[in-house]
Amino acid sequence: MNEEHTIHVRLNGKDREIDSGLSIKELVKSLDLNPRLIVVELNREIISQDSLSETLVLDGDHLELVHFVGGG
Amino acid sequence: MIDTEDQTRRVTDTLCIAGQDFHSRLFVGTGKYPDNDTMVRAIRESRTAMVTVAVRRVDLDKSKEEGILFHLDPDEFFILPNTAGCYTAQDAIRYARLARAAGLSEWLKLEVIGDQDTLLPDTQATLEAAKELVEEGFKVMAYTNDDVVTALRLEDVGCVAVMPLASPIGSGMGVVNPYFIREIKRRCDVPIIVDAGVGTASDACITMEQGVDGVLMNTAIAMADDPIAMARAMRLAIHAGRLAYLAGRMESKEIAIPSSPAKGMLD
Repeated sequence: MNEEHTIHVRLNGKDREIDSGLSIKELVKSLDLNPRLIVVELNREIISQDSLSETLVLDGDHLELVHFVGGG
Repeated sequence: MIDTEDQTRRVTDTLCIAGQDFHSRLFVGTGKYPDNDTMVRAIRESRTAMVTVAVRRVDLDKSKEEGILFHLDPDEFFILPNTAGCYTAQDAIRYARLARAAGLSEWLKLEVIGDQDTLLPDTQATLEAAKELVEEGFKVMAYTNDDVVTALRLEDVGCVAVMPLASPIGSGMGVVNPYFIREIKRRCDVPIIVDAGVGTASDACITMEQGVDGVLMNTAIAMADDPIAMARAMRLAIHAGRLAYLAGRMESKEIAIPSSPAKGMLD
């Protein structure tokens, strides 16, 4: 029964099991990250800030959460 | 901007890239600092015009990972995202788009590496990526070899600045081929920002003396024993090198010529 409520995604290169029905924004917040300070790529497509709350995470999705770090 | 306002000349020498003025000819990276506080203090001390940052995955294993913008206010520093670590044109384009989606600007330091040992650029892939990114509206500053032909082609595809290396990234060897750097500067119309290889202040000064428009460095400041002091040294060196270039150096001769008059010596 539990399986119906979770989905499998690939998040920043690692397999993860997360609750189903989450928007990307909700997922990001659940990871204790500020959605405004990161950029999200879903299945190789960049998701704009405006679309984060309306885009649902689906089973099998590949997500990349990136931000700026020190570099030359 | 360098104000060389002294008794001999009054020149306001401002660097302009793609229509935008920059108050300094020193560009600095933000990697490899011992800690964020030292990084911010060194960057302030350098009075840099532009700081580079990299695009990376958020480390989800860390309880609270802060990106670099937590420490660097984009209102205080002009942030230039890079595509460091990319080995193909497609990867560089992907990183560039992610960087732009962060919403800071269209500016980008394009870097496509071709060899893991030397970190020398893949010039063909760099050109391919530059062409695509310029078409997508990016303001591309392209890291490249000290190669005149590639520099000209990068300019042709619309890069707003060409960034030839002084020597390999992180090597600190200084400018290994000043002739090629001068030739790139002589042949290109866009600003030439020498990127990578500067090790200490004299390297920065010698690079600027070739007549280039600026220098980008990271390791030389970040890995100095005292990064804040080195940042100041670099600021002064860039300034000195620019002034020396504008002043026009004397001819170098392999012969001694006395500075004091030969005439008037006692018997």
